[in-house]
Amino acid sequence: MPQQEIEVILARQLAEYLVMPIFIVNPAGDLLYYNESAQDILGKRYDETGPMPAAEWSTIFEPVDQQGQPLNPEELPLIIAMTKLHPAHSRFWIRGLDETLRQIEVTAFPLIAQADRFLGAIAIFWEVPK
Amino acid sequence: MKVTLWGTRGSLASPGQETIRFGGNTSCVSVEGTEGTQIVLDAGTGIRRLGQSFPPDLKRIYILLTHLHMDHVQGLPFFAPLRQAGVEVHIWGPASTTLSLRARILRYLSPPLFPISVRDILSDLHFHELPYETIEVGEFNVEAQLVLHPNPTVGYRINDSKSSLTYLPDHEPALGSSTFPRSKDWTSGCELAEGADLLIHDAQYSPDEYEERVGFGHSSIAQAVDFAGLAGVHQLVPFHHDPSHSDVMLDSMIEDVISEKQPGFEVTPGMEGIEINLGG
Repeated sequence: MPQQEIEVILARQLAEYLVMPIFIVNPAGDLLYYNESAQDILGKRYDETGPMPAAEWSTIFEPVDQQGQPLNPEELPLIIAMTKLHPAHSRFWIRGLDETLRQIEVTAFPLIAQADRFLGAIAIFWEVPK
Repeated sequence: MKVTLWGTRGSLASPGQETIRFGGNTSCVSVEGTEGTQIVLDAGTGIRRLGQSFPPDLKRIYILLTHLHMDHVQGLPFFAPLRQAGVEVHIWGPASTTLSLRARILRYLSPPLFPISVRDILSDLHFHELPYETIEVGEFNVEAQLVLHPNPTVGYRINDSKSSLTYLPDHEPALGSSTFPRSKDWTSGCELAEGADLLIHDAQYSPDEYEERVGFGHSSIAQAVDFAGLAGVHQLVPFHHDPSHSDVMLDSMIEDVISEKQPGFEVTPGMEGIEINLGG
């Protein structure tokens, strides 16, 4: 596997030290890394899963609105960050691997490095207190 | 290619009796190709002596800067070919988001930091910001990638048809890693160093010193050996020695790490003046 860009390595290192759940994806949307706090949402340890293709990890969540209706993927912050290359924030519900419905807030932003290199995106999750 | 070390010290020149074997000049390494291409890696104080060694009919020289910290550029105005009319000098270095490479270097090459300005340089001087792709430098292919060190810093891999050299003089791949070394794909500099015939790598600290200087952008000698092992290089030159390390200390540090880690590759102490021929 080729070496990750230095900016992505630095992002992972920061994520390892933070308690907010953080996902890092590459320009194709593949999940490159998620930190220990994100394991509670995914239900699996990064050490077990390693990187995951977009098609695999995107099916783990079931993002829905307040009425329980599935969200259009294009409304999700990470997708906006990836496709429109600008930061996005949203509050919605997800059903994770443990079947629990959680209300979360997500902030996502693209990783754009020097010379306009698009390296992927980062999403930070907060669970909204009940 | 012929690789010669002209300055092996990090941070600050440190001449004196206690550093006479490893040398007191800051980072500078020359690479000479079989077809005559002359590359200079970094312009620390070691570049002064290197500049005096070139033949008078030298036409073109390439200076590849890893970054613009003072110990890597301080020797530039004392580099004789820079003052020589008719010589093309090409300076490559990392881009910044604000100022051009030329503007950043001229901050140093101008009063009050230095009395001589760029107008007084007689050579045909060209500045190039590194793209994020392989470049052709004379007979060599050169790859540059950003590596872990404060401020934009690159490492280089220089390839010819027979051999490869990787130069990572200021590099802290262990920064922020809960375990080191980790896998190759998550280790800074690994792609540049993978399988290289020769790796010149930051080994500024002892393991104890590193613990007190995490985030300064440098490695311990043990980390340099671990990194070299991960990358599968054939020969390692520990480099960028701390100014406070005497020859006796460096002998002992290198001996201890070899004894502890038993690396499966050659470790050649980074001493000023040594020459290493690669590719037969």
